[in-house]
Amino acid sequence: MIQQVAVILPIVLPLATMAILLLVWKSMAAQKFIGVIGSILLLLSAALLIWLVDREDILVLQMGSWPAPFGITLVADRLSSIMVMLAGLMVCAVTVYSLATVDDRRVQFGFHPLVQLLLMGVCGAFLTGDLFNLYVWFEVMLIASFVLLTLGSERGQLEGAIKYVTLNLISSAVFLAAIGVIYAATGTLNMADLALKLRSFPDEDVVSVLAMLFLIAFGTKAAVFPLFFWLPASYHTPPAAVSAIFAGLLTKVGVYSLIRAFTLLFATDLVFTHNLLLLIAGLTMVTGVLGAMAQSEIRRILSFHIVSQIGYMLMGLALFTTLALAGSIFYIIHHIVVKTNLFLIGGIAERRFGNGRLPEIGGLYRSTPVLATLFFLSAMSLAGIPPLSGFFAKLMLIRGGLEAESYTIVFAALLVSLLTLYSMTKIWAEAFWKPTPEQAIVDDAASDRIRNNRLCLFGPTALLASITVGIGVMAGPLMNASIATAEQLLDANVYIEAVMPRHRLTESDAAFEVPNAESILSDGEFVDVRDSKLDSAPPSIYGPPHQ
Amino acid sequence: MGMSQQTIRWNNFHRESLAIGAGHTRKLERVLKMNSVILKTAIRFLLPLLMLSSVFLFLRGHNEPGGGFVGGLAASGAIALYAMTHSASAARKVIRIPPRAMIGAGLLMSLGSGVVPMAFGHPFLTGTWTTTHISGLGELHLGTPLLFDLGVYCVVTGVTLVFVISLLEE
Repeated sequence: MIQQVAVILPIVLPLATMAILLLVWKSMAAQKFIGVIGSILLLLSAALLIWLVDREDILVLQMGSWPAPFGITLVADRLSSIMVMLAGLMVCAVTVYSLATVDDRRVQFGFHPLVQLLLMGVCGAFLTGDLFNLYVWFEVMLIASFVLLTLGSERGQLEGAIKYVTLNLISSAVFLAAIGVIYAATGTLNMADLALKLRSFPDEDVVSVLAMLFLIAFGTKAAVFPLFFWLPASYHTPPAAVSAIFAGLLTKVGVYSLIRAFTLLFATDLVFTHNLLLLIAGLTMVTGVLGAMAQSEIRRILSFHIVSQIGYMLMGLALFTTLALAGSIFYIIHHIVVKTNLFLIGGIAERRFGNGRLPEIGGLYRSTPVLATLFFLSAMSLAGIPPLSGFFAKLMLIRGGLEAESYTIVFAALLVSLLTLYSMTKIWAEAFWKPTPEQAIVDDAASDRIRNNRLCLFGPTALLASITVGIGVMAGPLMNASIATAEQLLDANVYIEAVMPRHRLTESDAAFEVPNAESILSDGEFVDVRDSKLDSAPPSIYGPPHQ
Repeated sequence: MGMSQQTIRWNNFHRESLAIGAGHTRKLERVLKMNSVILKTAIRFLLPLLMLSSVFLFLRGHNEPGGGFVGGLAASGAIALYAMTHSASAARKVIRIPPRAMIGAGLLMSLGSGVVPMAFGHPFLTGTWTTTHISGLGELHLGTPLLFDLGVYCVVTGVTLVFVISLLEE
């Protein structure tokens, strides 16, 4: 029972928080208070989930008692629970940070309910075991992000939002089309069931086409190489709290979906799909980091680095060995923490000067040494300097690459690391090290506000920075956890068995025949796999108890 | 006669809404507020009837076409008509509950329909039923699907009214 509650809580809690926030719409204090409490509760529920998943491997919840593959299944495996945990952690940091940075007008227009809605979509996407349900969670998340992005209606925000909305809608359309095709081809949308049916699908070309459709759909959300243009165009426009939560979570939902799709569903034609993924990973890394070098505004630089690091996460997936995939997972954990923190720190720096353009700011090391320390930790971690978290993430990926003998991608990864270090040093030298330029306008009122809101501003950033250090110190246990996660992902049968326990994975069962007109018309003896299961299931759950 | 006049007004509304600019706001306001005496008088009788029909649609939805969504639309349509003929503030008085609170309450109800079965040890959203006897009505089957649908009804009404009322107040 507690398992079922734990699986649904990360979706129920943000929804309940949002509903309560709508009831207390007028009171600013209540909005802020309930928003923070809801986020903390989400973090606690995520901790419960990760604890239970660690004990029992995979938790499955068949919603409405409809058994898979008929109803909607929620599945919490190791990867899902790690992602939910990170989402909970980030939303806690960001809502506390938002208390001091998001202006009253935005709170009045529903900043906190929207954050909760966003989180419901994100957690739902991490937990669902149904492809169409995943689409719905994507939409929930996107709608919330559209509004969060434009909340405040500043000129830059609207400009960024047009690109963001257009490209994301196109990717949603591709996603929906892919779902239509996959349903027509296999007759199911449950991921475990799909995994079984795609394994023995007679027409390999159809599977390849489907894989490419999903690659485009999820790739756009994850901001991979040719499809990332919406990200640097929009992420620097909203308030820092919003871009921090976007930077931490949204693209990672795309990466999560890619990992799920290309370990569970499309893991048959590895030569084609995963080599393509490897190429995309390399190009994403390199273009992202080169784009960042050309920028001179803190949050724009950081936005391009998100793209570059998505490449690392894909690299492990593309290499498809246990160590490399574990490296990807470790990288995601490290990246979400560090990237969110860098955006939060960039936000504080921007508040002091009114903007984040590097030539116009400086001297932060002198004026706010605490901020400089926090930035230094996160930036060096991003670049991969030992003993911080990024070093171990990259170490795992590069060892994975060497073991798989893909030397080109290893070289690209090392080169990109170096260029990342260059970018981070640039921000450090310009914003923190050099003396405050004469034309810089130090907003004294803002500086006072920063000093008065020290706890809200520096609390979350210090927490995230200490987690970065903590990941470095605790690298051993976390690596083991990542390897366990990767092993679980690579053994798709565990997932399928957990979702559909009655399905015996014998050779005869796994062989799936596509129903064609002939076999049905000629003798009527064609038996769908699903029919046989209908008979063996207890009858009570198929009919509503009340007529 | 009154109807054709309304049609013309709506056509004007569409034509003018294409050209909304700073100068057109007042014109838009004039068009949105329907000053038809016939409609204004009729809506007093129509409002309860339309609300009743929305409740009918809502309850019918259990086994036949209908349900919370379309019922909510019918209800919000009725109130929107009232808001257009009288005023947004008058409509606020008629519905008593702020539309945003309606959304929140509706979400909580639908969420409740998922959580209630968990109290009985069933998975989230499992349909749970109870039977009560009410003198005069006979046996009554009450279940979580009805609660879910009621939530949908409230959310749909609330969302549509937030749109309509904030458009009218602008």
